Amino acid sequence: MSRSLKKGPYVDERLFAKVVKIGKSSSRDPIKTWSRDCTIIPEFVGVTFMVHNGKQFFKLYVTEDMVGHKLGEFSPTRVFRGHSGGKASKAAPASSAK
Amino acid sequence: MPRILGVDIPGEKPTHISLRYIYGIGPTLALRICDQANVDPQRRAKELNEDEISRLANILDREYVVEGPLRRQIQQNIGRLRDIGSYRGNRHRRNLPVRGQRTKTNARTRKGPRKTVAGKKGVKELRG
Repeated sequence: MSRSLKKGPYVDERLFAKVVKIGKSSSRDPIKTWSRDCTIIPEFVGVTFMVHNGKQFFKLYVTEDMVGHKLGEFSPTRVFRGHSGGKASKAAPASSAK
Repeated sequence: MPRILGVDIPGEKPTHISLRYIYGIGPTLALRICDQANVDPQRRAKELNEDEISRLANILDREYVVEGPLRRQIQQNIGRLRDIGSYRGNRHRRNLPVRGQRTKTNARTRKGPRKTVAGKKGVKELRG
């Protein structure tokens, strides 16, 4: 279910403050953030973020098309390495053997 | 058989049912369009005269996105999700369910027919 329009989009305020600050100083340093649930608003366009995915920070350059999505949508939390016995594991054999 | 919008030739059914053979027209829209065009939805499609058909076609043309343009629009929306590298785009790319459904079982619509893997019998056997 989508969020009530009355509330408006959820934006992490501290993150937003940082974006504003960086916009003024026109520095191109990426902003490290954990707030994957923060909606991307038009002000974020052109800013580079480092979005945490639980393990490392995933670099994300925000473009216009991304507005309305959440930061976390662009920082995958799972890595699929293929199933055992598949073609991939024959090429790199038995590295997961215990 | 009347023709509406080029290819669509709905048959010997009530008009509001035949309209649903057009891609992008469901029960609700079919009735609404009949209403807009002043056509009795219960009358058979073959009984419609030229004028009524052109009224229907006109409304569909002007106010609704159907058939080719609609398919294109949907593909574009998916393409956008792919291009921006979003999670949903990646799910589309891999033909997996997009809206957070489970994939341990089911999800056969997206994944297609089961691909049985030799030597993989059950979880218990793998652990033992």
